[in-house]
Amino acid sequence: MLAIFFVFSAISVISALAVILNRNPVKSALSLVVCFFSLGGLYLLLQAEFIAVMQVLVYAGAIMVLFLFVIMFLNLGPEGLKERRGAIISPGASWGIIYLLVPIFLSLLYAIHHPQAFTGASGEYTSEAIAAAGGNTRSIAMVLFSKYLLPFEVTSVLLLVAVVGAIVLAKKRL
Amino acid sequence: MSDLILIIVVTLIKSILLIFALLTAVAYTTLAERKLLGFFQLRYGPNRVGPWGLLQPLADGIKLMFKEDVIISQTDRMIYILAPGIALAAALTPFLAIPFADRIAPDVVRVFGRDWNLTNFGLNKGVIADIDVGLLFVFAISSISVYGVILAGWSSNNKYSLLGGIRVSAQMISYELSIGLSVIGILMIAGTLSLTKIVEAQSGMWFVVYQPLGFITYLTAAFAEACRTPFDLIECENELVAGYHTEYSSMKFGLLQLSEYAHIITISAIAVTLFWGGWQGPWLPSIFWFVIKTCLFIFLFIWVRATFPRFRFDQLIRFGWKVLLPLSLFNLLVTGLVLIMAQ
Repeated sequence: MLAIFFVFSAISVISALAVILNRNPVKSALSLVVCFFSLGGLYLLLQAEFIAVMQVLVYAGAIMVLFLFVIMFLNLGPEGLKERRGAIISPGASWGIIYLLVPIFLSLLYAIHHPQAFTGASGEYTSEAIAAAGGNTRSIAMVLFSKYLLPFEVTSVLLLVAVVGAIVLAKKRL
Repeated sequence: MSDLILIIVVTLIKSILLIFALLTAVAYTTLAERKLLGFFQLRYGPNRVGPWGLLQPLADGIKLMFKEDVIISQTDRMIYILAPGIALAAALTPFLAIPFADRIAPDVVRVFGRDWNLTNFGLNKGVIADIDVGLLFVFAISSISVYGVILAGWSSNNKYSLLGGIRVSAQMISYELSIGLSVIGILMIAGTLSLTKIVEAQSGMWFVVYQPLGFITYLTAAFAEACRTPFDLIECENELVAGYHTEYSSMKFGLLQLSEYAHIITISAIAVTLFWGGWQGPWLPSIFWFVIKTCLFIFLFIWVRATFPRFRFDQLIRFGWKVLLPLSLFNLLVTGLVLIMAQ
């Protein structure tokens, strides 16, 4: 299990780096798709099948297709970014990043060796409890449609407002 | 440990057999299409290679293998080579969650002087991976298949290919919603996302009886998702030369074609599983019922191609958003109301 975790996390970190380091926007978007897939794999390792599949279905299958559609429409090539070639980041910023990364790396090392110091007490939704409740999807639905019903419905209103706003902004004649 | 070995070995055997069967089926779907289109147009269709042209797919394959593989220097080479592979893999992968038969092996098998119990983990069932969220998995993977086409179109560095790629992404975004909404009615009736349980729930009555509107919206959206006539605007010859695969040749072109037919088979199999009772059926063994029903759907795809003209692109998008989406929402509403009243 741990080996699979390291494979997926390595892929997700590398592809996430590729998203920001690629000069070609289409390739950046593709790296992000790979990143979403490996995140889906990590969710699977946590026995969260529903979230894993949703990650692939919604992000990789729908949102990134939309991104690619827009990128291809704008016809962004690597040419537009040429004048910024040279040092990607300034020396001062790179020192700042190193100062930031070293403590993060050390604390990660510590976390791998002392997992119990970070995880704390386990909550209500252990894998046994979820299996007893009738699976992953059912447990999520139970919470989503009872305890968090109001935020869930308000989110849909928010999306509706966004849709109306997009149409008002984009359409010339109403 | 022996459990793990058993799972790996049995799953591997099942997967290899399934891939072999699927690729053969894909090859013969191309022949079926050419033959049937011939009959619909009062021609003979291919009949030179083998009896009734039955060896035609083999001849096509050999021809494609030995053709020169032209890679244009202005392509994005890595993505250009990767795209046909993504297309075919994404079209075939959903099959690992689709139950194609009831059970395909006895409960206990004696190999190497040891009894292996196959009932654990459902290894004797006619499905490779009985995933809890099988339905979502199938739709997730088949929504990935669009990347093959988009990337093939983009990496070819040709305006016709690019237009094909842009069209497929717009088409996919519009019709993915309807395809997802039209199967939610099934979920509400069956109360599960597992495809095996959905098939088992249809032992009394097939879901197409309860969900006629859902079936029609699913089928229409599925035609659009497979990019078949009347929605095959991504490769419409009179506007885009050959669309997204204009710059492809040799076996890469072959793979793109194969993935298109594999997608048809996958979508037919999903329709059979969700609406037409999967492998359920009297008298014959379950796997035959599954194959027969799937073949009928493949025939429908070819029949529609021979019958209907192509949409215009604005008509396609308008139809998706203004007709199909409200219809599938309406179906959802009616299903919900009926289920509440029945309680």
